[in-house]
Amino acid sequence: MIRDILKLKRHGMLIRVLVARDLKARYRGSVLGFLWSFLNPLCLMLVYALVFSFYLRTGTDKYAAFLCSGLLPWIWFQSSLMEGTLSIVGGSNLVSKALFPAEVLPLVPVLANLVHFLLGLPILALFLGIYKIVPSWLVVFLPVLLLIQLLLTVGFVLFLATMNVFYRDTQHIVANLLTLWFFLSPIVYESEHVPAAFQWTLKLNPMAYLTRGYQEMFYYHTLHAGYAGFALGLVVLLFLSVALCLGSYWMFLRYKDEFVELV
Amino acid sequence: MAIAVSIVGLSKRFRKHRDRGILTLKSGFLRLLGSAMGRGKERAPGDQYFYALQEINLVVGHGETVGIIGRNGSGKSTLLKLLSGIMKPTTGQVTVKGKLSALIELGAGFHPEISGRENIFINGIILGLSRDALRLKFDEIVSFAGLEDFIDAPVRTYSSGMYVRLGFSIAIHVDPDVLLIDEILSVGDEKFAHKCIDKMAEFKKTGKSIVLVSHNLGQIEKFCDRVIWIEKGRIAAEGAPRRVIDAYLQYIAKEEEELYAALTEKDAIEEISDDAKRWGSRQVEIGNVQMVGGDGRERHIFQTGEPMTVGMSFRAKEWIEEPVFGIAIYRSDGVLCYGTNTHLERLEIKALEGEGRLSVPLERLDLVEGSYYLDVAVHKEDGTPYDYHHRSYRFAVRSTIKDIGIYRPVHQWVLETEQEGKTILEPREAHGE
Repeated sequence: MIRDILKLKRHGMLIRVLVARDLKARYRGSVLGFLWSFLNPLCLMLVYALVFSFYLRTGTDKYAAFLCSGLLPWIWFQSSLMEGTLSIVGGSNLVSKALFPAEVLPLVPVLANLVHFLLGLPILALFLGIYKIVPSWLVVFLPVLLLIQLLLTVGFVLFLATMNVFYRDTQHIVANLLTLWFFLSPIVYESEHVPAAFQWTLKLNPMAYLTRGYQEMFYYHTLHAGYAGFALGLVVLLFLSVALCLGSYWMFLRYKDEFVELV
Repeated sequence: MAIAVSIVGLSKRFRKHRDRGILTLKSGFLRLLGSAMGRGKERAPGDQYFYALQEINLVVGHGETVGIIGRNGSGKSTLLKLLSGIMKPTTGQVTVKGKLSALIELGAGFHPEISGRENIFINGIILGLSRDALRLKFDEIVSFAGLEDFIDAPVRTYSSGMYVRLGFSIAIHVDPDVLLIDEILSVGDEKFAHKCIDKMAEFKKTGKSIVLVSHNLGQIEKFCDRVIWIEKGRIAAEGAPRRVIDAYLQYIAKEEEELYAALTEKDAIEEISDDAKRWGSRQVEIGNVQMVGGDGRERHIFQTGEPMTVGMSFRAKEWIEEPVFGIAIYRSDGVLCYGTNTHLERLEIKALEGEGRLSVPLERLDLVEGSYYLDVAVHKEDGTPYDYHHRSYRFAVRSTIKDIGIYRPVHQWVLETEQEGKTILEPREAHGE
């Protein structure tokens, strides 16, 4: 398996080329092109901002800035899972007709959506600017959060992409679970607003930690859990993400040879 | 001769019901669980398997071109996929010396929305070329594919020929030591096919090995040093192209003959219950109807121009005066090709009683290739039928010449030129097509 991970490094060029292809192809033929990477999350943002500031009031101050700091990373996570789950089945002509390392396929949507996420960051800057919020020094931890989310996402995607080869039900289950997951994560509402009886769900939800982390950097400027608690939480999450990644990759390698017959 | 590819004891097993993958969630879950606990090689009971390939041993020498033939579903393409490493064998080993390029699906991984130029880079990298090598070979790839004018257009605007040409051009510029080709020279136009063949000849000359799967037996014979015929997942024959191809063709002809015989038998069974296929008073009954070839054997497949004898046994249950026997040939779409009877030909049968046989030797069956039906009948002079068998006997005509219509008169083409005078045109040497 270690050998396989090293091999993955050799596929770096392949991954880069395929991510570039994905990015190039996505908005090909549209007038606004790459601007959609920016406009899509912005529109979604505005919809949620409209609903939760005017119709169903959350009472959160500077709501758009709060929403934005949690929603952008979530979009990255959700799109990666949705597209990643389909990646092997969708890349059937590469898997079954060419000598192609299948492990590259699930990584491509994760990385492509990371790029979209980064391209969407100006939206966050825009809303922070509107509310005259200056991100706190905690922003130095942003790369750590991104790394953890990347590992976590890759872990899920490798597992789900493999499952989807054997059961195409996976893609539908994933789509529905993601909706649930989204609303159970403190993205459109603050963690404090969750009734005490349900606070434990946040403790079990890795995306709740990550979301909270992003919000504290950009929006709250304080660490609710305290510095030690924050650091400990991140370390544990990092450890779990690595474990998930390795576990999923192990499973992926185990079933990889059967893909060609099933896609 | 140095060995480029060797296959030892290779078998490939597939699970049946491919589309469902694993039949139930439960069995699949148990299987996942089982393998997670380290019992992965044990399969859940009830899984059905079949062997696509069994006990294949094969060596391809350095610089050798080996052709693989066989019917659809015989396992040819699976063998190529195992050779290329796309699939893993169930048992046995595949060893390839040197760089391998598999032309199985041309342009696998092309993205329709982006340009040919960008796709060359992506596809090239997928096939294992480096960016620098691609930059060097870029112009050559484009000009070989003949796509200079379209290289910046998105691939979705390409015709299927252009698509395949580009795919082939990239794959061949990978510069492999072993080239695997699956049925691709049949795509693209004549000009490109020639280019491909030239390129392959060049490959051969430089001592590279080629494994070629094709249904085009003429091409295989022309091109390969050795041919392997795969039948039902096993090597049925191996050796000199001509010999193996002949054995294969003979086998196919025999199978086809059996198929037609089975079909006709089925029709004969149906005919008893089917009024549309048989009618008449049965005062005279036609029994066994046979079509016999020039070799004296009963057959259902004839070559254009071969002799055919239609034979039938009959039984007159009473004294019948002046019966008329007739035969007719219909094409499978119902067009009457030919019909005649003893009355039309002013032949006299005074009277019949009891059993007998009648046969009609046709000196030449000059029908073009296709499926045909034979009608036989016996009736009164005024047409009142005793026994009429309609569309009950099926036969096929095969020909190496793909002319059209129904009837193929015996003919020649005579060319007169100032230089050479009168010559009767002769067919080119051709085989297998």
